[in-house]
Amino acid sequence: MNTDRTKSFIAFLVVPSFLLLAAVVFYPFFYNLMLAFGNMNLAKMRDWQFIGLRQFIKIFTEPSQPDFYEVFVRTIIWTVVNVTFHVTLGVFLALLLNQKIKGKAIYRTLLILPWAIPQYIVALTWRGMFNYEYGSINLILTKYLGMPAVEWLRSPTEAFLACIITNVWLGFPFMMVVALGALQSIPHELYEAAEIDGASWWKQFRNITIPLIRPVMIPAITLGIVWTFNNLNIVWLVSNGGEPSDKTHILVSFVYKAAFNFYSFSYAAALSLVIFLILFVFSMIFMRQSKATEAAY
Amino acid sequence: MATQTKRSRFLQQAATHLILVVFALISIFPIWQVLNISLRPGNQLLSTSLELLPANATFQNYVKLFAERDFLVWLGNSAFVSLTVTLSGVVFASMAGYGFSRFRFVGKRAGLLSLLTTQMFPGTMLLLPMYIMLIRLGLINSYLGIVIVYSATALPFCIWTMKGYYDTIPVSLEEAARIDGCTHFSAFYRIILPLAAPALVITALFSFMSAWSEYIVAAQILQDTDLWTLPIGLKSFEASMSTEWGLYGAASIIVMIPVVILFLALSRWLVSGLTLGSVKG
Repeated sequence: MNTDRTKSFIAFLVVPSFLLLAAVVFYPFFYNLMLAFGNMNLAKMRDWQFIGLRQFIKIFTEPSQPDFYEVFVRTIIWTVVNVTFHVTLGVFLALLLNQKIKGKAIYRTLLILPWAIPQYIVALTWRGMFNYEYGSINLILTKYLGMPAVEWLRSPTEAFLACIITNVWLGFPFMMVVALGALQSIPHELYEAAEIDGASWWKQFRNITIPLIRPVMIPAITLGIVWTFNNLNIVWLVSNGGEPSDKTHILVSFVYKAAFNFYSFSYAAALSLVIFLILFVFSMIFMRQSKATEAAY
Repeated sequence: MATQTKRSRFLQQAATHLILVVFALISIFPIWQVLNISLRPGNQLLSTSLELLPANATFQNYVKLFAERDFLVWLGNSAFVSLTVTLSGVVFASMAGYGFSRFRFVGKRAGLLSLLTTQMFPGTMLLLPMYIMLIRLGLINSYLGIVIVYSATALPFCIWTMKGYYDTIPVSLEEAARIDGCTHFSAFYRIILPLAAPALVITALFSFMSAWSEYIVAAQILQDTDLWTLPIGLKSFEASMSTEWGLYGAASIIVMIPVVILFLALSRWLVSGLTLGSVKG
């Protein structure tokens, strides 16, 4: 079908990327798979053996510090709360920006800022802002709002809330930009026609806006969920490695700690694999489900 | 009747502006905080006031950063690593994306799916095996290691973006060029690549940002202070019991400014590059 010349051109285009990916993504993936069925740790770097499913059994049945199921539930809460806020705030702000208003470009620029700043700076800065005595959050709460100061980083719930606030702040611009792009591609005549038919704002939003931004938002939301589920930076840096007493971990930070603070390599590898499988199954179902509902429109 | 709709429109506009101003302030707030801290003189670092600019604002933290710390070394390291990653990201992604967009070949579907799947890997799944391999190869303190890791982790997303954008460019353009006697390569290089400029810009931006802002991998692989990139350096200001807030603030501002400017300057393309990619993805 393809001539030899075309074949070698295709190879020229695609092979370099796949060689790179093979070395740095696919090979480690299989290495991780192997490790997950072994018993490697710092003491057994070279003479480790395959021990079958024992690491997985350990994850699901043996008590760990912190508890696997607790961390799992926290990760779900983390993901759902964050993505819900990202999408609602993003779409809401995009709707506001999609009107004819003065200073639109300036607003848009300012609202993209949280996305533009490197994540680790965001995390470290917010950690500073959550400081009990000198952090600006508590200063605002006590000086201007007359509320008591909050022990943001020293109690588990508040520390986790601090991580969520930071991540909501940094994540809404992505959804806003995607939603804005989608909104701009909706033909104006649709709204004019709806206006003539006397459709209310809400009706227009439900029957024109949502169905038309859906095909763009669904992939973005899927990506957002996967990124948030796997977001190690924010939790690790805002809570300083799961403090207080490992009560703020989500699954990835838990694995990171197991791997690089406790050097339980095989255990961490098995846990990484579990996370990957959760996300893989979820994405397949989510994409299929939304394809099905899309067809119904 | 007419005045009433005019009035409600005015109210609506006012409410819109109010909400946007509030959110804009929330967006700026942490940046203002960092700027404020960076300008404080040494004896006021732990101030509890919320002034717009600190009293006796000074640049001494900035001077100290360059004069007494290895900041320039970190800056150079980060710039080198990030630019290398950007260059390789743009070259590889623009080529592979084109291949996936225009040709049919064995393993294409599997290739695309595997690219998508890599997005679901938790960072540790690649980092841990890489770390163990680098220890065994004795490459734990090297740029080569980190450049390869960064390039490869940003690559799948970049290839998808490029592919999505190429998909929107009509094939008839190359067909015409081919009839005029162009080779595959020159049709790609001379005709399609310039048209894909917005997507190239996005790819470059993402590759650059991912390397410039990466902490987690760097913290494990680069242990020698001479090799530190900016993120590890900045974290070190906060690592000990007493955080050096002034230095941290000054360093953050310097690190942040180029990427923020770059990002905002390119934000016009951000919308088209990203959404076209995802619509057609």
